[in-house]
Amino acid sequence: MKFPTTIALALPLALMVGVLQAGAAEDAGRIKVSKGVVQIERSGQRLPAPVGSIVRQGDLVITGADGSAGISFRDNSLLSVGPDSVLSIDRFVFDSTTHQGAFESSLKQGTLAVVSGKLAKQSPEAMKVRTPAAILGVRGTEFLVRTGSVKD
Amino acid sequence: MLLPGKGPTPGALTVTSGDETRTLDQPYAAARVSRPGSVSGQKTSETEVRQTFGPALEAQPGRPVSFYLYFLADTDEFTPESKQVVTQLFAEIARRPAPEIVAIGHTDRVGSVPYNDALSLRRAERVRDELVKLGIPRGRISVAGRGAREPEVRTAEKVAEARNRRVEISVR
Repeated sequence: MKFPTTIALALPLALMVGVLQAGAAEDAGRIKVSKGVVQIERSGQRLPAPVGSIVRQGDLVITGADGSAGISFRDNSLLSVGPDSVLSIDRFVFDSTTHQGAFESSLKQGTLAVVSGKLAKQSPEAMKVRTPAAILGVRGTEFLVRTGSVKD
Repeated sequence: MLLPGKGPTPGALTVTSGDETRTLDQPYAAARVSRPGSVSGQKTSETEVRQTFGPALEAQPGRPVSFYLYFLADTDEFTPESKQVVTQLFAEIARRPAPEIVAIGHTDRVGSVPYNDALSLRRAERVRDELVKLGIPRGRISVAGRGAREPEVRTAEKVAEARNRRVEISVR
């Protein structure tokens, strides 16, 4: 009698995992500018990221010493990184009807230019950019961030 | 570091590290966090910005642009003005790398929230179908319905307003 019980429990779990993965895999943005070496790291794999590449929640966008990249997100946020940068797209949720959701990213190293979009306009809490030392809260604006090395 | 805003209302940025928070709300205001918990204010200049952030700024994607389409009453025909808008729309799409198009429907304030949400989405879908007929690949166009949340003209509830019954086409 134990066997059917296990199946019954496992099935709803499997369905839930499916739903969560579908949500996580939704496109967050798209690469619009790609110069020099630009890569996306997804599930431990690094792939080249030419113009048109999709950016998803959980991705790392990585540029080489000669690289720079510009990404447009679904809420019209624009993020661009300069050379030797690592940008992590930690969370992107956008409801196109209400403009509610969340956009959290981390600049692990390098330079970042941000033009905030519909999420930050709708709610001042929605958009955050993290660096190893600080959290930036965004209220509808344009700004720049640099994460230097310890030497700086 | 905050850049001079291009919009009508200047934004603000809060920089928090540990228990310390600094708000940047002036053009070229900057904050430096040299160690966790210590946020110091400073001012920067356009020259300094160009030196440090030149490549990141040059890689900024083009700003999204919106076009507005109106229909002749009770038809699937665009108004003559809207036909010109369609020409501009195609030119905009052609000059962008990996262009994406979003048809965003809007309503006036007659009707309930769920009704207007559904109506605005139907309007967006209708415009999407028109754009597909005109040759834009369906996969490039997504649709959204904003209901009455983003009026062109502010009105009281239950007021019919033709200028708010529109479909915005955002290109990014």
